[in-house]
Order: sequence, then structure tokens, then C-alpha cells
Amino acid sequence: MTGLMAILAPPSVDYVRILPELVLSIFGMLIMVLDPLIDEFKAAKTLGIVALVGALASLGAVYVQAGSPSGEAFSHMVRVDNFSIFFHTVILIIVLLSILSSFEYMEQQGIRAAEYYALILLGAAGMCLMTSATELVLIFIALEISSISTYILAGFLRRDPRSSEASLKYFLLGSFATAFFLYGVALIFGATGHTTLTDISARLHVGYMPPLAYVAMAMIFVGLGFKVAAAPFHVWTPDVYEGAPSPVVGLMSTAPKAATFAVLLRVIFEARLPGSFWIIWFAAVLSMTLGNLGAIRQNNIKRLLAYSSIAHAGYLLVAFASLPEFGIPSAMFYTAAYAAMNVGAFAIISHIGNAGERYTSVDDYAGLGRRSPFMAAILTVFLLSLIGIPATGGFFAKFYVFSAALHSTTPLVGLTIIGVINSAVGSYYYLRVIVVMYMKEPQGEAIPLKPLSVGVSAVLVLSAVTTLYLGILPSSVLTYAHNSVHNLIP
Amino acid sequence: MTALNTTILTLVTFVPLLGALILMAVPNRDRDIRWFALIVTLFEFVLSLHLAVRFRAENVGVFQFEINHQWITSPNIHFHLGVDGISLWLVLLTTFLTPLCVLISWNSIHERVKEFFILLLILETAMIGVFVALDLFLFYAFWEATLIPMALLIGIYGHERRIYAAVKFFLFTMVASMFMLAGIIWLYAKTGSFDFATIQQAIQAGSVPGFAAAAPWLFLGFFVAFAVKVPLFPLHTWLPDAHVEAPTAGSVLLAGVLLKMGTYGLIRFNVGLFPEQARRNAPWIMVLALIGIVYGALVALVQPNLKKLIAYSSVSHLGVVVLGIFSLTQSGMDGAMFVNLAHGVSTGALFMLAGILHERRHTYEISEFGGLATPMPTYATLFLFMTLSSVGLPLLNGFIGEFLAFYGAFQSRALFGLIATTAVIWSAWYLLWLYQRTFFGVNKNPKNASLHDMYPLEKFAVLPTAVAALIMGVAPILWLKAIDPAVHSILHPVAQFSARVVGQ
Repeated sequence: MTGLMAILAPPSVDYVRILPELVLSIFGMLIMVLDPLIDEFKAAKTLGIVALVGALASLGAVYVQAGSPSGEAFSHMVRVDNFSIFFHTVILIIVLLSILSSFEYMEQQGIRAAEYYALILLGAAGMCLMTSATELVLIFIALEISSISTYILAGFLRRDPRSSEASLKYFLLGSFATAFFLYGVALIFGATGHTTLTDISARLHVGYMPPLAYVAMAMIFVGLGFKVAAAPFHVWTPDVYEGAPSPVVGLMSTAPKAATFAVLLRVIFEARLPGSFWIIWFAAVLSMTLGNLGAIRQNNIKRLLAYSSIAHAGYLLVAFASLPEFGIPSAMFYTAAYAAMNVGAFAIISHIGNAGERYTSVDDYAGLGRRSPFMAAILTVFLLSLIGIPATGGFFAKFYVFSAALHSTTPLVGLTIIGVINSAVGSYYYLRVIVVMYMKEPQGEAIPLKPLSVGVSAVLVLSAVTTLYLGILPSSVLTYAHNSVHNLIP
Repeated sequence: MTALNTTILTLVTFVPLLGALILMAVPNRDRDIRWFALIVTLFEFVLSLHLAVRFRAENVGVFQFEINHQWITSPNIHFHLGVDGISLWLVLLTTFLTPLCVLISWNSIHERVKEFFILLLILETAMIGVFVALDLFLFYAFWEATLIPMALLIGIYGHERRIYAAVKFFLFTMVASMFMLAGIIWLYAKTGSFDFATIQQAIQAGSVPGFAAAAPWLFLGFFVAFAVKVPLFPLHTWLPDAHVEAPTAGSVLLAGVLLKMGTYGLIRFNVGLFPEQARRNAPWIMVLALIGIVYGALVALVQPNLKKLIAYSSVSHLGVVVLGIFSLTQSGMDGAMFVNLAHGVSTGALFMLAGILHERRHTYEISEFGGLATPMPTYATLFLFMTLSSVGLPLLNGFIGEFLAFYGAFQSRALFGLIATTAVIWSAWYLLWLYQRTFFGVNKNPKNASLHDMYPLEKFAVLPTAVAALIMGVAPILWLKAIDPAVHSILHPVAQFSARVVGQ
């Protein structure tokens, strides 16, 4: 009876455990309600500020969570712990920066802002929920909330056929992938009779291992691998990144990825689904190699970063093949570092892209070092971080992942060497952008450069500072990530 | 003074970076920026003199002016700096050459001046960091950090094919150092520490699991990274391109300091951490060094381009250094270290002199010149002086180092010594022949007749190197006093190992 009561009327503390998601949803709906009430010309700015406040309030809610004792809610469906708080923070900061960098973009592209901001907030609610959900069906629902918002956001440049193509492609392939995920969930339920991660883990590791569990792991990986753009499920990435609005790409290449990696961490290390090692191994090698090789030939900077994000998903997956006590913190650190540099890079890309995203070719960046030393210097920081040069977060992230791999009981020397060679290959195409910015002069007429708006400058400075902070003083974040290991493994 | 002893290395390392940060904030006034850069680098040089003065050569086997703080708790990374007799002089070489680079770039760099000096100062910090870092992670961080400013200096301020040269330079070094990174991570995974001394002790005590099987690969990983930087034949192909395209200051630092990072790494890490592997691999490395000596010299001989000639002469000279190191003898290593310094001074000077000529004629083609001694007497004198020092004339800095290195090579294997000694003949041949073609003979080109002799600023830049070359040649003991004991303590484990082999 008490159990039923708990389900029907959950104790109030349960609501604190989903407070960030609640705040995000409320603000998301608020924006949609406000939209028709405000003058259309002023709407973009006002609603943007509301969205910003929403994201900040949600961040405050995470702070409240961090202050109150961690624990489960809604009958083991949600668990708030260091792990979820870490990812909540990462996701919400990404959302915050994306909203900030959208201000200028909205004005420039002339898009109706209401749905845009609302979808960002609602999608963020889904992403946040993904990282604290500990039950597969809830994870699936959260995944869908986040995915559907990003499908629509990808097509927000309605008048641009590339954007519509991106949206449709993303939607069709994405739904297909989620179906795989759902199928995997169903199989796991069939194999174990549970959908809660800890119960699954407990059931799987007594007695014999049901063969269905292997199939389920593969299915779930197909679904999640698609979301993080890991090879061989990566083919959508370049087209979608190229067509989608740049601030959205900055968001969707980081926040949903972080959330999905969180889910993958839970599935592999908390639910301990079997057979993940070789799946991960091959996906990591394929992603790193295909991503880097693909990027070499790209001349569109958004496509280039799309391939680079595939490669980075590969590096990150290396952590999943390692032992949990090293793999989990390194994966967490990597998502944070990658988010900082990628959001920043896309903020610059969307600023330079100008109306209709006309200037997205690498050659458009010629002479940027002379024309706008500030932007060029900041973009250089992000690119160096993507290469993995010391004193940037990207270096540390990679370093930490590879040392996790070498710390395993069977050291993943092969995987590490493939990864190291890949990062050497990768340095070439990032370097090319730096070369173009500093050493080439524009052919013909130089592209028009607008002065940086306050919002974009703030985003750039924040992401650059974060990137350098993570590269110079990574201790605090690392320690926090370390402390969340025992949230997943007993 | 003791307080300064504990902070001096941090200061020496980061003062240039601080200068760079200040430069970023100041308005774009070229003249002030040049003065500021000069003052910072001179101040830096004075600071670093403290190291030389307070260095206690008798404290063998320990690092001095040590500073060791926990930087990152997990992984266990320390901010650990220190110098011994080997790194001490390389630090001073860096701080000595950088102000000269500022002077030589005073008028030759007139576009994007601010960025130039910012990059130069960042580069100085990174280079010094490489020599003083005693934590492998920190070392790697500084090592990589030298790449970007240098690549940018070449790529922005260089000559026609600068972009190709910059990218080639970057990729060669980057790819090679990845292997070192893999080695460093492996060592950390097995020992739980990045600290140089801790790892060294763990290896010597044999307490690193799986070390025996991994050692050849670790040695090779570090070796490739350093050999590219040195550059050792056949990994040298980036060097001529980088040198020819780099602006003068870039060439000076490239030849003067960056190449020494490679030889420093070979001594500190390849010999210091893996004495057994060093002993085993020494023969083929020495063969490569010999090929480098002869090949570099022969190619230098036929170069029509002044800068390329000096660049290939570097390949040859650095071959002598590697030969000296892997002779694994006391005198060979002493000599190698001394050639390191001498080459930094004299080749740095030759590059500055080449740059001065380029300023006037915008070409490096030797055939364009001839009879320059008449219009430019001071220039010709200084050029001769530095040429002779590079050739290895006794009482100038080139002689003593080469002599010791060859002596070491003889001790190790007579044949190697014999071949190596031909380096003296080669270098005399290509350098003096260069001198003859450039400064003597008839002046065929009327443009050469009216060339201005050295300006005061240029004299200020080159004269210190001449003075240094002379002092180093007359009183090498001032330097060897610190080098010798340091080499001795590095060679100790190698000698122990060979004694074990003999005893079996």
C-alpha cells in the first residue's frame, strides 16, 4: 500500500530531483505562451532573454540539487548523484552559451524566435533527464524528447533547402536509430525481466548470461551510436551539420552527445550489459579513422567540424573500453572539454557565416588573423584544443582517455596507438584552418566582417577561458568526475 | 638570495610569457613594442645569469634551483622544474639568443609587429620550459608549445614558400612527438608518476612491470621524437625548407635552440631513462649520425642558396652532436654538449648575417654576390669570424667541442672517429668556399657595389655572438666545469650496465 502511495503521490523531495527539468519545461512553455503577446519585432530579444533566464534558473536548480542529499526518485526511475549533476551542469552551460550565441544569429537570419528558444529549452529538459534517468523506458522517453527537438531545430532555416534536407535526413535516420534502441530495451526486458539499470545488472551477473543480452547490447549501441555520431552510424553527420543553423550545430554536437554518452556510461558500466568491449573497440577505431580521413578533404568548415566530431566520438569511445574507474572520469572530462571548444568554434562560425550562412568555406577565413586578431586568436585556441595541444582542455581530455586505456587490466596498447596516430593525422586539417587564417590573404574580395555582438563575445570568452582552464587547471573537474565513479559502480 | 634561488626558475620560464601577455594588451605602436620586447628579453637574460652565477657545479647528480609543486592531483602531475649542468647552458643559450633576435628583427619585421614579438616571447617561454621541466608531462606540454609560435613565425613572416615550410615543420614534429606521448603515457600507467627522477629510479630498480619487453619500443618512441627535431638523417627533410623560408629570427632560434631540444632530449631521456637501450642501439644511431655528418656536408657543398647551405651545415654539425652523445663516453658527451652551445652561437650568428644580406639584396643566391668585402668590410670581418668559429678553428668555440666529440667517437669505435673527423675538412671546404665566392673575387653585379655596411643595430645583434664565440673558445672550462659532472652522472648507469655485460 505504501508503495502504491509512493507512486500515486510521490514525496515532495522527488520533485527536487527533477527540478532542473521542471524549470526548463516551464520556461519552454512560458516562451510559447508569451510569443503571441509580444510585438513580433521585439520578440526575438525578449524571448531570448526569457530563455536565458530559464537556463540560468535551471542551473540554479542543479545547484540546489548539489546542495541537497543525492538519491533516487519516482520509484528508482531517476537518480540524482554527482554523475547526473556533472552532466546537468555541462548540458545547461552548453544551452546557456547556445542561447547567448543565438541572439545575434536570430536577428541576422530573420527567424521567428519563439519556437526556437522553446525547443532548445524543452530539448534540454530531455537531455538533462537522460543523464539522471536510471530506467530504460524513461531513458528512451528522455532521448525522444531531446531528439525530436533537435530534429526540428536542425531545419530551422526553413528557406534554405540544405537546412530542410538536414532536418529530414536527421529525422528519418534518427527515428530508425531510436527504434533500434527501443528494440534493445525490449530485448533486455525479455532477457532479465527488468528495466531498471541496477536490477538488470544484478540479474545479468548471477548464473548464466542470457544470449539475448548480447543482442540487446548491440541494438542499444546502434541507437546510441547514431546519436553520438560514432562510425559506422555516422553518415548523417556531415550533411546535417552543414545544413543546420550554426548555433544549433554547436548545441547538437555537444549537449545531446554529452547526454547520450552519459546514457552509454550507465548502460555499459552500471547495467553492465555484456559484449560491449569489442563493439566499442571497433566503433572507436572506425570513428577515429573515418572521421579524420573524411575531414582532410573538406573545404566547408561545418563539414570539417562534422567529421572532426565523428573522430572525437571515436576518442571518447576509447574510454568506454577501459576499466570503469578510469574510463568513467575520462569520458566525463572529455565531454566537458569537447563541449567548451566546439560550442565556441560554432559561435565563431555562425558569426562569420553572416546572413544565410553564406561564408562557411575554409577559404573565407583567409586573412582573418589580420582583420580580426581577436576572433582568429580565439578560434585558434579552439582549434589547438581540437588538435590536442597542451594547455588546452582538448589535450587533457585525449591524454586522460588514452591513459585510461593503458591503465586497463589488459592494456589497450593497440587502441591507444591507433588513437595517437589518428590525432597526429587530425592535426593536419585543423592546422589548415589556422594556416588559412594567419598565412593566406583572401582571393578577390574579402568577406564582410560584422563587429562582434556582446552575446557572441561573451560566448567566445567563456568557452575560451573554459578550454584553457580545463587545460591548465583540470584538477577540480577531474576530481569531481572521479568522485562520481562510485555512483555507477558499487 | 635563497628566496630567489627557489623562485628563479619559475621567473626565468614565465617572464617572457608575461611580457607576451602585456604586449597583447598594449596598443599597436610598433616602436614601443620593439623596445618593450627588447627590455623584456634583456631582463630575462639578466635573470638567467643568476642561474649561471649561483650554479654549484660540485653538487653532482642533483637538480638545482628545484621547484616542485603538485599541479594536478590526478593524474599525478607536478610543476617540477630544475636544472643541471646539461640544461643550465641551454637555458642561457636561449636567453642569450632571444634579445639578439629582437634586435635583428627590429627593422626587418615591419608588418604585424606586435604579433611577431608576442610569438617570439611565447616561444622563449616554451623553449626554456623544455629545458627546465623535470616532469615528463610538463616537458611534453612545453615541447608541443614550441611548435605553434614557431610554425606561425615561419608561416606569417617567412618568404615565398612559407606556408609549405610551416606546415611541414609542424606535421613532422607533431607526428613524431605523438610517439613520445605514447611512451610517456605508458611510463605513467606503469609507475604512477610523471616525475623524471621517480621514473628513472623505478626503472633502475627494475620495479616497472613489463619494462623489459616495452623498453625497446619506449626508447624508439622517444628517439623518433627527438631525432626529427635534431634532425638526424633521414628525418631532416623539414629543416632546409623551414630554415630557408623562416624569417631571420626564426632561423636563429630554430638552429640555435629548437634543434638543441632534440639533442637535449636524447641525453636526458633516451640515455638518462633507458641506458641499457642506449647502449644497445648506439651503433646504428652512430651510423646515422655519421651519414648525417657526411651527407649534410656534401649537400651543403653544392647549395646555391646561402641559407640552405647554413641549414645543411646544421645537419652536419648536429650529426657530430648525436655521434658524441651515442659514443656514450665522457669526452664524447662533453663534446656533444659543447658543440650544442657553440653551434647555437655561431650558426645563430651566420643566420643573422645571412638575414642582413637578404635585407639589402632580397636574395640568398650565392651567385648573386661576390666581392662584398670591399663595400661591406665590417660585415665581411664578422662573417669571417663566425665562419671560422663554425669551421672549428682552435681558440674559437667550434674547436673544443668537436675535438672532444671526435675523441669520444674514437674511444667508442676508431673507424667512426675516423669518418667523423672528415667533418672538419668538409665544413672548412663548404664554408670557406662560400666565403670566397661571396666576399672575394670581382664584383660582377653593380647592385653589390653600393651595399651599406652593417648598421649599428645589426652590429649590436651580431657582436655579442662573436664575443661569446671567442670566450667559449679561449675558456671552455667555464662551461665544461658544469657540463662534465652532469654528463658523468648520466653516464654512470650506462657504464654500470656495460660493466655488467663485460663481467658476464
